[in-house]
Amino acid sequence: MTRRLRIAGWLLVLVASLLFPLVFTNPATLSIALVTLMYVGLASSWNILGGFAGYISLGISAFFGFGGYAFAITLHAFNVQAGYTPFAWLPLIGVLTAVVAIPLGWAALRTRQAVFVTVTIALMLVIQLSAENLVSITGGATGYGFPIPNWSAAFYYKPFYYAMLTVVVVSIAVAYVVRRSGLGLGLLAIRDDEDKAEAIGVPTKSYKLAAFVISAGLAGMIGAIFAYSVLYIYPQNAVDPLISMGAALMAFLGGAGTLAGPVLGALILAPAQTELSYYVNGQLYLILYGALFLAIVRLLPRGIIPSIGDQLRSRSSRHVDLLEHDGHHVEGRVDADDVKVMEGVRE
Amino acid sequence: MNGGLLLGASVLGLLLGGIYGLMASGLALTFGVMRVINVGHSALVIAGAYMSYELFAHLHIDPFVSLVITMPVMFLIGMGLEMAFLQHLREDREQFSVLVTWAIALGVEGVLGYFCGTDLVQISTNYANSSFSIGGVQIVYIYLYGFLLGALLMGLLALLLRRTTFGWSLRATVLNRQAAQLIGIDVAKVSAIAFGIAAAMAAAGGALYGMLNTFNPGSWYDLIGDLLIIIVLGGFSSVRGAFIASLVVIMFQEILSVIISPTWADWSFFMLLAIVLIVRPSGFFGVKTREA
Repeated sequence: MTRRLRIAGWLLVLVASLLFPLVFTNPATLSIALVTLMYVGLASSWNILGGFAGYISLGISAFFGFGGYAFAITLHAFNVQAGYTPFAWLPLIGVLTAVVAIPLGWAALRTRQAVFVTVTIALMLVIQLSAENLVSITGGATGYGFPIPNWSAAFYYKPFYYAMLTVVVVSIAVAYVVRRSGLGLGLLAIRDDEDKAEAIGVPTKSYKLAAFVISAGLAGMIGAIFAYSVLYIYPQNAVDPLISMGAALMAFLGGAGTLAGPVLGALILAPAQTELSYYVNGQLYLILYGALFLAIVRLLPRGIIPSIGDQLRSRSSRHVDLLEHDGHHVEGRVDADDVKVMEGVRE
Repeated sequence: MNGGLLLGASVLGLLLGGIYGLMASGLALTFGVMRVINVGHSALVIAGAYMSYELFAHLHIDPFVSLVITMPVMFLIGMGLEMAFLQHLREDREQFSVLVTWAIALGVEGVLGYFCGTDLVQISTNYANSSFSIGGVQIVYIYLYGFLLGALLMGLLALLLRRTTFGWSLRATVLNRQAAQLIGIDVAKVSAIAFGIAAAMAAAGGALYGMLNTFNPGSWYDLIGDLLIIIVLGGFSSVRGAFIASLVVIMFQEILSVIISPTWADWSFFMLLAIVLIVRPSGFFGVKTREA
């Protein structure tokens, strides 16, 4: 794809999402659109650490939930009136979540990939446990209410939709800037081979932490808007493991590590899972969701966008497994002639 | 501070730790052999609990006796799951395995809910609450039996790993998957069997879990955090480390709940995790590996 086509594509999606609430005014549709946007933002911010650096996190709903609680508590503490003014506090919530993420990320990132995933799951559980147990701050199991705006039912979702869209655009823009910067290059180097990256002078520790913190801050703002839109936050809706899982799955479906992949994945999967949950009961939903998940990892392990890219390039070259080396599966792309030569050598 | 209470908490923690060790050791085994983080391990535990529950409720088979049925069945289910979903994983095996096993866990939860409902149940045997007193410490029989079962199965596993050809192949695979393959070990077969063994251990753990707790299909989520933290503390791929770590963590938790409060005890796992991450990220007991 040429650069111009790419920009046109992004603009088209942006204009379409700006116009969406004007065309589809049904509140039920808008609520699905809001959840979809939420996942676009979450998958994109997940991608900054999980996609670029290859550090899969299942703890993003920890910061999603933290943002929600921080928002509710801040609005209450400063006696902010319902309506539009709460949205002005969002950047503060983002910064607050990011600050909290610094020590957590520092501890979690002392481990490498496999253990890191495990630690992020624990992180999610810690935040949920805190929400349940720190009753005087969070309201415990009953939760915490938001000031209720007096918007009509037909209008209700629109402010949340545009607020969420703003944060989503910011998330994608941040991901773009990171990807284009030295930080992004460093993260990609970490994904490919962390030891080598460190050896050539990439400050791996601070780069990973930066990615972790940025991704957490964005997730915090997204969680804040979502919590405000449902008007009530409690441990189960704040820290939902299915949200962590969903964000990671959507990024994988579209293509982790690419800019458009998580957006595409979320646009496909988020409405589908919401629709599905309306039509089938909870048990069947879990089974189908699990099956879908297995199918995606099995059939499209690298995601839609990289797979399409492969298809486009594969006319002149062939994707082969070159060799297994040091426990890592090395894959490469070689010309058809080389394959013949290599097959000859093998015989 | 009441010394008797403290002693009671330590004994309870030790016994309960043995039961957790049974569950956590399977998790460590699968990671060690297959480099697979089986997030669905606790879903297998709950599946085992349901099997024992159904056998007990409908056929009145004692949960300790029905292990001769549930363990082989879970062994086969485990092997089947491994061959169907995990064997083909190649690139980024460890990380992808988390996604795949999470999906399996959701599937297991859905299937259990579909067939058994989502109400909380418990395996209530007639000896569930009987206990005896020794040196002023009250011991519930089930905890003792559970601990003995855990110790017995761990002993058998240790024998299998140390004394049989299969055990050698398995340990070779843990040390270096690639090299094991090169010297002619059928790594795929070893992996499938190891996963089966882990699932069978989960079935035994599940029977005990089901006697000690009320559970429903969603209970795997309560359990997995604890088990994962235990194996991080135990050095991730060390079966022995996982067992020792369970004893330590659960005793710590029980003692904490007596000397401070049960609310604080909920935090004990995370406090230990934080300490380990800061002091020694490779875990307390495990061999320091390149990856972990």
